[in-house]
Amino acid sequence: MLTVISFYLLAFVAVAAAFMVIAARNPVHSVMYLILTFFSAAGLFILMGAEFLALLLVMVYVGAVAVLFLFVVMMLDVDFVEMKQGFLNNIGFGLLVAGILLLEMLMVGATYVWKDGSTVVARGDEVSNIEAFGRVLYTDYAGVFEAAGFVLLVAMIGAIVLTLRDRDGVRKQDAMSQMSRTKETGMEMVDIEPGHGVG
Amino acid sequence: MLQTISLFAPQLVLAFFASQLLSTGAFAKKDISVGVRYFAVGVLVLYALIGFVLGQPTGTAFKGALIVDSYSHYMNFFLGMSAAAALMFSKSFFQTEKLDRFEFSVLVLYCTLGMSIMVSSNTLLSLYIGIEMQSLALYVMAAFNRDSLRASEAGLKYFVLGAISSGLLLYGASLIYGFTGSLEFTHIAQVVSEGATPGIIAGMVFLLCGLAFKISAAPFHMWTPDVYEGSPTPVTGFFAGAPKFAAMALIARLLVGPFGDITTQWQQVIIVLAVLSMFVGAIGALTQTNIKRLMAYSSIANMGYALVALSAGTQAGVKGMLIFMSIYTITVIGIFACILQMRIRNGMVEQISDLAGLSKTNRGLAIVLTMFMFSVMGIPPLLGFFGKFFAFIPAMEAGLTWLVVLALVASVIGAFYYLRLVKIMWGDENENEFVQAPKTLRGLAVITALLVFPLLLLPMISIPAQSWISQAAASLF
Repeated sequence: MLTVISFYLLAFVAVAAAFMVIAARNPVHSVMYLILTFFSAAGLFILMGAEFLALLLVMVYVGAVAVLFLFVVMMLDVDFVEMKQGFLNNIGFGLLVAGILLLEMLMVGATYVWKDGSTVVARGDEVSNIEAFGRVLYTDYAGVFEAAGFVLLVAMIGAIVLTLRDRDGVRKQDAMSQMSRTKETGMEMVDIEPGHGVG
Repeated sequence: MLQTISLFAPQLVLAFFASQLLSTGAFAKKDISVGVRYFAVGVLVLYALIGFVLGQPTGTAFKGALIVDSYSHYMNFFLGMSAAAALMFSKSFFQTEKLDRFEFSVLVLYCTLGMSIMVSSNTLLSLYIGIEMQSLALYVMAAFNRDSLRASEAGLKYFVLGAISSGLLLYGASLIYGFTGSLEFTHIAQVVSEGATPGIIAGMVFLLCGLAFKISAAPFHMWTPDVYEGSPTPVTGFFAGAPKFAAMALIARLLVGPFGDITTQWQQVIIVLAVLSMFVGAIGALTQTNIKRLMAYSSIANMGYALVALSAGTQAGVKGMLIFMSIYTITVIGIFACILQMRIRNGMVEQISDLAGLSKTNRGLAIVLTMFMFSVMGIPPLLGFFGKFFAFIPAMEAGLTWLVVLALVASVIGAFYYLRLVKIMWGDENENEFVQAPKTLRGLAVITALLVFPLLLLPMISIPAQSWISQAAASLF
């Protein structure tokens, strides 16, 4: 019972938020609704017993992609009013894509009906799917996992090599020299004559 | 345990020292790019030789993710040596252009690591990881001269098209995974031998298309001329040699390994790629005036010749491809060592017309470059002839005579622009004088020229080398 209630709740929120993504006037609100959609979809995944996918959705899409969208929306000077003006020019192409998507969904629905309502269910055994990943990730796929780490390292080196520039005249904070400062080097005793000041 | 480590010792050496050099360079107070470069060359030589020091162990590592056999030992040796040569000839260029940074050497090391994973990959997963590691390093190297508009354009173009090719490759891999239920080559081969479904064949075609991007075989060659022209010259020299060879070796492993039982299916794909590459390369080069663009088209054509050898689908075909690509890689290193010597007082020049009258101003360079040109043309006493000989004979034996005839026609068209270069060097009037090139460049050019000319023809070198390559090719079957 509780599962059914939470399914309908999450599904309703997901659809409503997805609608609001395109209906909201303020682009920042759109991104917020997008995040809400992702969260609801993650909840649906948990209901299906796919908790790894749910965590991935929250971490990758909410944590990285949506925040990136937010940065783009806030940082770039995109004139959304102007963008929306040409909306009707692309309606033909938009309808085409929507039609294809609708067809695909109908096909998925058709297979659901024909194969007498079989659906994705979690495996009956005790192993959660995060545990199942963990069992092979650091054993069978250890070499490839390490190599994937090197791929990310190369990407990082590349980003730094291509963009980092050493500029002159930048005052950097040097924690070591700050901490090794003593009373003698950091302080000076000045005998000030009354009415004259330090200068 | 020691046995397992010794299997992937080459990769271990590269990964360990590359990371060491990276952290040393990042924390160094002053510029240490020169020291890092020499150290990296040493690491590459160690990587090339360590398989032989350990007595060529064979087997699989990481639960079958990587396979180590004579083929991968041969490839490791060749890739390490050519990457070391490319790193050496980048020295004087980067120093005079004031671009020298230690990250370049580190990127070459990581790129070689990716290539070594590629050539010994035994699952689709390690294949993809290897390709990505190699390509990412190459994208960055193409745009290494970040203040130059052309280099940035080259890097971006290479990156976008490389991403598309990765997409094709992954789509193919997912189809194959879906229809065979495994990522492992041995298991895929087993399923394929029981009968290839259209899904598997479609996946294989997508996989081959993605890989054809990496060897710049037509019709996936569009990026090559622009990237070759825009990248810094030593980087172009590196592009043209080792990465092409690695991707070609990977294609060979893929075709005779998991898809060994459907030779007739992939033969058509390879033949189409070969014919298109040979003619696009030969005809496209005719109107080029920039020597780097010329080399780009020349490399497209040469990939076509190597694919002719592979299209035979036999052990002799793989052997022919290995011989052809080895000779081609040596020649390319030599040619780029020559191109890097084209420096007048104001800087580098890249036009073919700048070579006019080279025989009078710089006779040594003219002789060496002429020899390379005759070698890539395939004129008999030089090694390039034997490359083409070994590449075309297996195709003849496999009954593809018409393909070999087309290859010879393309070679004759290609001979025109190589000869034009020779004519400009020896016949035209002198226009400008090149400044004295640094010793490393002259040395590299002369060594490779000696390799192309008489040295490898001596029986005591050529016979062991041939048996070594035969053994490498045999280990795939």
